Amino acid sequence: MKRSSDDRRFRIGTGAFAALVLLIVLGIAFELTRQSLLSITKFGLKFWTTSTWDPVSGDFGALPFIWGTLYSSILALLIATPVALGIAIFISELSPRFLRQPLAYLTELLAAIPSIVYGLWGIFVLVPLVRKFEVAMGAKPALGVGMLAAALILAVMVIPFTSSVAREILKNVPSTQREAAYALGATRWEAIKVAVGFGKSGIIGAVMLGFGRALGETMAVTMVIGNAPQVTASLFKPQYTMAAVIANEFTEAADELYLHALIEIGLLLFIITVGVNLLSRMLIWSTKRRAVAPIVTPMVAEEVAA
Amino acid sequence: MPAMNKAFTRSLFVYLALFAFAACAPQENSNQAAATGPIAINGAGATFPYPIYSKWFDEYQKSHPDVRINYQSIGSGGGIKQLTAQTVFFGASDGPMTDAQLKAAPGPVLHFPTVLGGVVPVYNVPGITQPLRFSGTVLASIYLGKITKWNDAAIAQLNPGVTLPATDIAVVHRSDGSGTTYIFCDYLSKVSPEFKQQVGVATSVSWPAGVGAKGNEGISGLVQQTPGAIGYVELIFALQNKIAFGAVQNKSGQFVTASLESVTAAAAGVSMPDDFRVSITNPDAANAYPVASFTWMLLYQHPTDKVRGKTMVDFLKWALADGQKLAPSLGYAPLPAPVVEKELQALATVQ
Repeated sequence: MKRSSDDRRFRIGTGAFAALVLLIVLGIAFELTRQSLLSITKFGLKFWTTSTWDPVSGDFGALPFIWGTLYSSILALLIATPVALGIAIFISELSPRFLRQPLAYLTELLAAIPSIVYGLWGIFVLVPLVRKFEVAMGAKPALGVGMLAAALILAVMVIPFTSSVAREILKNVPSTQREAAYALGATRWEAIKVAVGFGKSGIIGAVMLGFGRALGETMAVTMVIGNAPQVTASLFKPQYTMAAVIANEFTEAADELYLHALIEIGLLLFIITVGVNLLSRMLIWSTKRRAVAPIVTPMVAEEVAA
Repeated sequence: MPAMNKAFTRSLFVYLALFAFAACAPQENSNQAAATGPIAINGAGATFPYPIYSKWFDEYQKSHPDVRINYQSIGSGGGIKQLTAQTVFFGASDGPMTDAQLKAAPGPVLHFPTVLGGVVPVYNVPGITQPLRFSGTVLASIYLGKITKWNDAAIAQLNPGVTLPATDIAVVHRSDGSGTTYIFCDYLSKVSPEFKQQVGVATSVSWPAGVGAKGNEGISGLVQQTPGAIGYVELIFALQNKIAFGAVQNKSGQFVTASLESVTAAAAGVSMPDDFRVSITNPDAANAYPVASFTWMLLYQHPTDKVRGKTMVDFLKWALADGQKLAPSLGYAPLPAPVVEKELQALATVQ
């Protein structure tokens, strides 16, 4: 009797916490919508597709920010994923035993560095290097700040997340999988392929976790991206991201419509993050058949207006 | 095992209860009258005057141990918002409140100029060591993206005897909303109708050219490491960090290098309206630096809390007298005497 009532209380208690998460997410969506109503009603869907961002005349469109956020995050992902997976595979499969712990520790240390420190490193080390590269490539004017610098700094910030999770997943691949591969006469490379294939859904989760991290990153990006809202595929031109414009302009936005437009950008970021989460879920489901490894999905990494 | 479960469940409930309690705890109300203890006054607003304001509050508290003034430098926009919502007792702003903002406030709000600031052009032109001279129209054309080379005839004409290189100009502006941007654009809009029409005046504007850097330090960092760059920073920032800056031609044709004196001179020549909401960029005086502005404290004319209201009036009287003497040491230009005179009259109407 006693035990069953304890069980019930425990279930209610933990259930309340789970409900709290749901409530918070719904609360964020509701509040973001409520506080951006002015802008939503005034601009409608045009907000997604127009490029003017003019606080003086009160004309707002978010396209350059959406573009900049997705472009920089995807570029970062393209740079970071091979490196991160390389680190993870080396540590879990190939590294000598004594190097394993220190290497794992060092990659995780990268995740603990505050983004403002990454930003300063970006301004003083990365940007001058990128500028030299731009001069060599004949870009005019060679600024250093811009999409390339932002993608590179994001890649460095994303690597520890992706590699740590991927490493854990490879560690959890049962050794029977590798043993079976070796028993069939596989080379080391083939055995690693089997292990990676086994953990595929988890590894996709690790990559998407990095993507979520890149979407929401604010401070380091705004310090090196150049903060000029424009839609261009150029790697050298300054651009802008959603999180950066909120952080930059929120404190001085006194006008109602302006404020609502900024909050609507927050809403868009929220929607896009949810969309990316769903996408990663679907990717994981589609590859899940063979895998039993733990599944990780990206967090909503919104460090907006820190 | 059951005992442990029970302990765990209990602690879970305690935790939940604490959570609920924290959520329901009443918010601190800054407008609540302090029955006992020191008079606490909260303010919020502009970041630009933060160093002098905190110095003032500190000094004032030394002679008035029963007063405690807290100031959050959250930005001018935030200051106006919080003042309107009455979550703070006073606000502070680098730009005067607009008519619409004044209307939105629950009662009449008065502006009190406290100190002055200037905005100066900084640049990095390879091979140039002497200070360059600019005019308002040239600065406007550069920021509109119409002048793109340092050896442009318009710049060369202002700097006879200087060999300017054919380097591309890299335009740098503030990315964060800022009173500095407001003052700079206010000046450029006055001297260039095209700038006024295309860009306009606000704390954040839609720049037709260049890259955005965060804060004075972001601008000066980017300008210093980018050959051919031009930017604009607070005079105080340039003075404190010993950054060389250019002279700007004022309305009477003089090239004036910004200094505390030339900024104060900009304020002296302006006819002051009764509500103190005045722009002093591009003034007539021959010795005035043209890119300057007041920064304001904002106060309700009829504060709900009379004790705090009286304290604030007393503080402002002190700031306008003894406080002004502290301004230059921190790099702020003090107010001209006639402005102080007029403000004292306005302070008498606060009740």
